[in-house]
Formats: sequence, C-alpha cells, structure tokens
Amino acid sequence: MDLGKDMMLEMYRSMQRIRQFEGRVRDLAIASEIPGFVHVSIGEEASATGVCAALRKTDRITSTHRGHSHLIAKGGRLDRMMAELYGKREGYCKGKGGSMHIVDFALGILGANGIVGAGLPIATGSALAAQIAGRDDVTACFFGDGASNEGTFHESLNLAAVWKLPVVFVCENNGYGEFTPMETVTSVKDIAVRAQAYAIPGQIVDGNDVFEVYRCASEAIARARAGEGPTLLECKTYRWEGHVVGEQAFLGSAGYRTESEIEAWKKKCPIIKFEQFVLEGGKIGKPELDRIVNETQAELEAAVEFARKGILPDPSEVTDDVFV
Amino acid sequence: MTMALVSYIQAINQAIDEEMARDPLTFVMGEDVILAAFGATRGLHKKYGPSRVRNTPISEAGFVGAAVGAAMAGTRPICEVEFASFFYCAMDQVCNQAAKLRYMSGGQARMPITFRAVYGAVGGAAAQHSETVYAQFLSVPGLKLAMPSSPTDVKGILKSAIRDDNPVIVFEHLSLGRLREEMPAGDHLIPLGKGAIKRAGDNVTVVAIGAMVPKALKAAERLAADGISVEVVDPRTLIPLDLDLILESVAKTNRVVIADEGHLRGGAAADLSALIVEKGFDLLDAPPRRVTSLDVPIPFSPPLEKAAIASDAQIEAAVRELAGH
Repeated sequence: MDLGKDMMLEMYRSMQRIRQFEGRVRDLAIASEIPGFVHVSIGEEASATGVCAALRKTDRITSTHRGHSHLIAKGGRLDRMMAELYGKREGYCKGKGGSMHIVDFALGILGANGIVGAGLPIATGSALAAQIAGRDDVTACFFGDGASNEGTFHESLNLAAVWKLPVVFVCENNGYGEFTPMETVTSVKDIAVRAQAYAIPGQIVDGNDVFEVYRCASEAIARARAGEGPTLLECKTYRWEGHVVGEQAFLGSAGYRTESEIEAWKKKCPIIKFEQFVLEGGKIGKPELDRIVNETQAELEAAVEFARKGILPDPSEVTDDVFV
Repeated sequence: MTMALVSYIQAINQAIDEEMARDPLTFVMGEDVILAAFGATRGLHKKYGPSRVRNTPISEAGFVGAAVGAAMAGTRPICEVEFASFFYCAMDQVCNQAAKLRYMSGGQARMPITFRAVYGAVGGAAAQHSETVYAQFLSVPGLKLAMPSSPTDVKGILKSAIRDDNPVIVFEHLSLGRLREEMPAGDHLIPLGKGAIKRAGDNVTVVAIGAMVPKALKAAERLAADGISVEVVDPRTLIPLDLDLILESVAKTNRVVIADEGHLRGGAAADLSALIVEKGFDLLDAPPRRVTSLDVPIPFSPPLEKAAIASDAQIEAAVRELAGH
C-alpha cells in the first residue's frame, strides 16, 4: 500500500520516540531517579505505531501496564509523560498515576491500566458510548497475550460482538505473561483463533512490521466504523527487556528466557525492518531518517529536563480529585 | 384532591424515566432490564428503544467494565446488577476502575455511573442472594453508597445519583418494594449526603440503614406505648455521610442504637459507631449499641434466616436497655 512519504516519516518518528523514551526510562528507573514499577516496550514499537497511525484524533484507545508505547503513538507528549513518571505535578495525572496509569482524554487516551485485562471492557464501553451517541469514533484496545486468559477478554469480545460495537481488539503477543511462557498457560497457539468463539474476524499479524500492522488495523477500523463490529488482531512481537525494569535484582540467576531467543528477535527489530524497507524503496533517504533520530533525541532531553525541573505535589493535594 | 400513592418500585421507574427523558445520553444496561424481573425498568425499552435500554449477558465483569468505559467516554450509564452479591463478579471493575480512575488520572476522568442492585434477605434466597454487600465498598474511596428506605427517598436519591458525575451504588431492598407513599410533584431531588429524621423523639436515637428503617419505626411505635421516645435517623447515604444529623440527634438523646442488616464485624454499624464515639464521646451517656445480622452467611431455611437477620425486636430490646441508663 502506498502510504505517502509524510505518513511513513511520522511512523518512523513514532517508533523512534517510543524506542528512545523507553531506553531512557529504563536507565532512569535503574538509577532510581524514577520510582515504582516500570514496564517498557522496546521491541514492540510497530504494533502501537501501526494501529495508532490508522486511527483518527477523535478515536480512542485503552492501554496496559506496558503502555508508554501506545500513549506515545497516539500523540502523547514526552515531557508530560516523563513528568508523570517522576511523580511531578506537571505530569499527565498530576503525579497521581505514574507509569502504569497515564491518561490524556484530549488525545482519546482513556488510560494505561495496572490490571491485566481491565482495558477490554473499558474499551468495549467506550465503543458503546460512541454507538449510543451516534458518533462513528472507533476504540482500539491494546492488551497482551496474558490478558487473553482473563475473563474480561472473553466477556468483552462477546459483548462487543453481540452489540456490533466499533472496537478493535489488539493483542500484542510478546510470548510471556510476566515470567511465564505463554504456551505453558494458554490453550491455543494463536490468540487470534479465539475470535472464532465469538463469531468475529481474527487475524494474525507480524507485529514487528509496522506497514502490515497499519494495513490490518486500517481494515479492522474501517469495518468497525462502518458498523460491522469488532475484530481481533494478534500482533506477534517480543519485548527485548524484562517484564519489569530491574527484575534481575529479584530474579537473580533464575532466568526464564534464553539469550539466543532474545537475539533472534532483535534481528527482527521493527525499526531496522522499517529502515531497510524505505531505504531500498528509495523514496526516503538516510539523512531524513537521521534528522528524525536527532530531533527525537532533542525532544527527549527536553522532556527529562522538564520532568527534573517539575514540582513535586504538595501533600495537601492528596485529597484532591477523589470525587468530581 | 388526594395524590396517587407510588410504590418503591414505581418510584425507581419514575426516576429513571424522568432522567432518560431529560438527557439522551443517559441509558440503562444490565441483566434483564427489558423484561425487568422486579419491575423497576419495565416499559422503558418500549419508550426509549433498544439503543438506550440494553439487556446484557450474565457477564458482570464485562458489562460493569463497559459501563466504566461508557461513562469515561461521555455517556451516563445506569447499570443494573440484579443482586448486590453479583458485584463480587465485577469487583475489579467497581473497585479498581470505577472508584479509582478519576483520582488516578489527576481528575481527568468523569465517572457518571449509577449502579443499582437489590440487597438483603428477602426470604429463602440463601447466602449468595441475601447479602447487604455495601460494607465491602465502604473502604473503597471513590464510590458513593446509597440505601434509600422509602419511595420518595429512592426517587429523589436515584435522580441525584444519575446526575452525579461520580460512581454511585444505589442499594434497593426487595422488602421495600411494595411500600407506598405520596410522591412530591415536580423534579423531586434529594441531595446525596443528606439524612432524614424519620421519627422525632427524645430518649434514644436509632440510626437505621436501609431496610432497617421500617423495622426501627415499628419498634419505636411499640416503645412509645411504654413511654420511651425514639428518634429514628436515616442517613440515606453512607458515602457521603450526614454525620452532623446523627450527632445532633445524639446530642439530644445521649444514647444511640445503630441498626444495620449487614454483619457486625467490619460492617456499616461498626463504622458509624466509631465515628459517633470519635466525634461525640462527650454526648454519650452509654456506649453505642449495634443491632446487626449475625456473622454467618445468610442461611436458607426460614427459621435459620430469621435467626440470622437483625429484627425490630432486637432494636426494641437494645433501646430498652439503653433507655435504662
């Protein structure tokens, strides 16, 4: 499919923003500059980027505990995200949410969520709201292979199918639920086949190929927007980093993945795959990509500076925003 | 001219009907809301159509979670979970999502959901359909909890709950369903957090929650014959709580019984008792007395159920004991 140069460059920018943000966040968390639990998405940039590139601004997403990538791909600001990770007042949630809970309603980001599988019914409800209000906005719901074993996955697919809701369920299958290999706890090899149980389309997608993700997501979104109901996409991908940053400290020598497995997936890097494709095509030159890398680095440096200079919330703010 | 009497169930129906007429984004979802097993939403499907009155599958985590998403995305769901103990199937959606997402998002999310559920013992429903449940939500900040005890209260409170931009759980006791009252004309609203004196008296205060209000009134009637004057205070909502009204009454009577159909340990009566002692210790001539159901799962067989559930006779006995102080 011909995406046009500007669109392709924006996809590249999105993947660069995710890759660089996550790498920096990992380092800052290891250095204890960022408190709490941090889950990064390095290696999973294409699924977030491809899906969000196919959405409109008024479309909504729900995300997960490993959610930075989705928020960035939907247009989240790195500085306010970083400030939230630092627990600063300038953060998206005024320091009340942290890494697993970033929300930006203005961008249609209904939120990352710390509970595995929690986003599925919320996305279903968001799509229900669009249907009731007579709007053609679509909701994309990101979740992992682990969530597909939660009851909420099954209840949401059924409900969305029964009501033909405009939602696209995007499973990012990275092979592991926390530290447990997916195949040891899951009845099916491919999550996509679970769509059959709810009489909706299910499709396996190369989650490291941003163009394929974009193409499949576009079809599913068009279907949803036309009132034809939900689709389940399974993006096969892999996280290069651990489940949670700093896990080596408590796992010790108890490993759960082999170096050769990790290296094999690094060879399928979504960013390198993109670069090879566009450079071979000749429409985009290396300097244009380098410019985006550099601009993203500058954006990220400014974001870290913004977060560091941010103000910690006053203890008196602790009781704000429990109720409207 | 006499006004028509309105039942508790009719009052619920009126409240929802009026609020749906008022706002096209207010809608009903839940188990059997079209047929409406208990009658509360009957007729609304015909009037407002299939988009705004939706039967859900028996799938509490799914549809309660969908109500959360629908509320955050700008609509105003009225979500019915038939029996309050079915909330246990959707605890994450109520406690981790509906209750917390406004706070966790730094005030970005609005969560205008009204949950409705029947609660309490209604005769032979056994433990999984007879529980009060609301105590479980008392220590989940972010939820409002209402237990209206009369037709006028349920209408006024339900209308306020529907308009509220926070999640409100309205607990309806099936035993109240046939109560009838004259209904005030017009847009009848009762603010959440405003209790009511259901009977004025001087000697002992009975703070009664939900279905215990009619029982407390019955006990008060008998006690009056013996010259013991009971004031019955109905907080109507536990969150927010009209503690001032309770303390004003205790300041007058210096004695308080707290009557709740829930359990003794960790229950609503325990919470109210602690608040009254903390804020009103000097007002009390005697320790507060709690009248609650026993700390057992509510049993099936009628004599066992009767033995487990807090009664008007127990309220009467507690008042007599305190009146002697």
